[in-house]
Amino acid sequence: MKDLLKSLRYTLLALLASLLVGAVIIVVTDIDALKVGDYGKAFSTVLTAYKSLFEGSFWGVRSISNTITGTTPLLLSGLAVSVAFKAGLFNIGATGQMLVGGMTALWVGFTMSGPGWLQVPLAVLAGAIGGAIYGGIAGVLKARTGAHEVITTIMLNSIASFLVLWLLKTTVFQREGRPDPISKLIADEAHLPRLFGFLEGRSDLVAHSGLFVALSATYGYWYLLTRTTLGFELRATGLNSDAAKYAGMKSKTLMVVAMLLAGGFAGMAGATEVLGTYGYASTSLAGNIGFDAIAVALLGQSSPIGTLVSALLFGALQAGGRSMQAHTDVPVDLIIVLRALIVVFVAAPLLVKAMFRVKSQVSAQGQTFRGWGG
Amino acid sequence: MIKRKGLRSAAVAIAAFSLIAGACGGGDDTATEETTAETTAETTAETTAALPGEGILACQVTDTGGVDDKGFNQISYKGMQDAEASLGVTIDLLESASDADYAPNLQNFADKGCNIIVTVGFLLGDATKAAAEANPDRNYAIVDFAFDPAIANARGLVFATDQPSFMAGYLAAAMTKTGVVSTFGGINIPPVSIFMDGYAKGVAYYNAQKGAKVKVLGWDTAKKDGTFAGNFNSLDDGKNIAKSQADEGADIIFPVAGPVGLGSAQFAKESGGKVKIIGVDVDMSISNPDAAEVYVASVLKNIDAAVLAAITDTVNGVKTSENYVGTLANGGVGVAFTAVPAGLQAEVEAIGKGIADGTIKI
Repeated sequence: MKDLLKSLRYTLLALLASLLVGAVIIVVTDIDALKVGDYGKAFSTVLTAYKSLFEGSFWGVRSISNTITGTTPLLLSGLAVSVAFKAGLFNIGATGQMLVGGMTALWVGFTMSGPGWLQVPLAVLAGAIGGAIYGGIAGVLKARTGAHEVITTIMLNSIASFLVLWLLKTTVFQREGRPDPISKLIADEAHLPRLFGFLEGRSDLVAHSGLFVALSATYGYWYLLTRTTLGFELRATGLNSDAAKYAGMKSKTLMVVAMLLAGGFAGMAGATEVLGTYGYASTSLAGNIGFDAIAVALLGQSSPIGTLVSALLFGALQAGGRSMQAHTDVPVDLIIVLRALIVVFVAAPLLVKAMFRVKSQVSAQGQTFRGWGG
Repeated sequence: MIKRKGLRSAAVAIAAFSLIAGACGGGDDTATEETTAETTAETTAETTAALPGEGILACQVTDTGGVDDKGFNQISYKGMQDAEASLGVTIDLLESASDADYAPNLQNFADKGCNIIVTVGFLLGDATKAAAEANPDRNYAIVDFAFDPAIANARGLVFATDQPSFMAGYLAAAMTKTGVVSTFGGINIPPVSIFMDGYAKGVAYYNAQKGAKVKVLGWDTAKKDGTFAGNFNSLDDGKNIAKSQADEGADIIFPVAGPVGLGSAQFAKESGGKVKIIGVDVDMSISNPDAAEVYVASVLKNIDAAVLAAITDTVNGVKTSENYVGTLANGGVGVAFTAVPAGLQAEVEAIGKGIADGTIKI
């Protein structure tokens, strides 16, 4: 617990540091104000930008709703990277696993007819299975042939995106009357219920109950790591696979299991996006989430609570960034810079320590994974 | 232990680098573009007293390509800026970083009181439909998409690009020395294949008129299929496809694949004048100055004109669900001639007139 607080403190300091650097970037790119030497205006731009960044993420029901919508897929795909990290694997394939999971969930979503309480869980489960199988491919390749998961998962991302493009052009998936690659709409019953559905006439509150899927998955991940033999074996393999093997653990099987779990989490991320956020699938359904998930997992040091907190932070930045863009001239790209800076500062704790004159030791425990050919 | 830590840092570095690299793509240009927008606003305010569009707020939501995509988002925004300059409307822009941004961005603009909201690309089709139905008192226009069934306050901005492509096909057939011309696309979707189809038909028309036997590679009019890169961003693909088509004898190539075509232009440049390119969407001899000499002509899809037309309608109080169709007749599409003999240019322009007045059927 003490370690956790300590690492949380560094994360907060890293956030603060990146906001400071972000402010400098806002000022130096406000060329109009600088030209006339109006530093007051540049400074007030920073204040307005950060104010709307905060208001757009936490101030009011719509902002919270937008933050939740952004957090849900980031948390699930963050878990997909985290669980692999714990087992010593670097899963860059969350994007592909999300795409496949999204497509299987979609298929259940529009072909089945039945009550929502049955259809929604089945569709989410289908997404998890689809993603798990896809993630499992990389695990099997690694266990059987030694093919490095970084290479295979990146390649599998490309394969998945072309697979989706092709599927969306087939009569099974493509929406009738649409020439472009866009899927049929899922059945009304297959939609993940909206969180704020009880508020009448607020169609702008898009947050959906995929949040509960993500939170349950986080709990499941915590339970797996701390309360089960499998979780212990995964962690042992991740820390030192040779020692784990010597202790009688089947490290090859564990690799496959880790990638199955990772794919399952990412598949659920794709499923909640299709069943909750969009109601259909397009080629860009996974967006950049699969790669942002790597930063989420690193920032959260692959722990369940850490992944949750960093996913919430990234989700809030995403929601707040839109409102920042709408209320100031600061482009939404600043959010990407802020995220990158946070990752950089977390990766360089010494820098943060120097900036804020912190004396204590940095707790450097966190995710570990094995290197090339390991 | 040390080894592991090093690898962890490596992972962080990779993650951070990819994030920063992603960010760099947009940042600088957006700032420049905003500066230009503001300058335009200032000049407009100085030089004019009262323009018809004052008090009208026109807003654009980009797709994930961003406003500096050197493609349809950017050209649409040029239409917005033209409207600002010529009509005096106030303009605003929101870029979408992911598909999840479309609905919130549209919501932001509805709250802001935009009179017309222009969205770009079919990816925004569903979000635009939902927003238009929720806000019946605002006008919506979407580039490269048409609503079916129609929505009272939303219209599609679509383009008969087969018309200028037909002219380009005729032109290529007249200019080829090898008797073989070619085309290829990004992905086999109608907004792309319509160019290729028009081009192949233009070649066929030339053959019928002149009794020639010019061959077209890369598009089969009967099968509605042809050569596609499978993406809109790989310059290497553009280079390789152009090379293989040149190996089969093609000396004029018409790539309909956005930045992929820039790779083809590079190949043409390296060929030392043997292979020529026909540009697409914009006058590429201007937009791609590095290889300006390889372009004989460009097929224009004047999205900016369409956006301006839609905003003009809103300024005039017109609310319509009727699609804007860019044609040779209304200037929504066209051909820019770069290196075409004067006689041939007149001949091709005459064909354009024939298409516009209906005497030549595509």
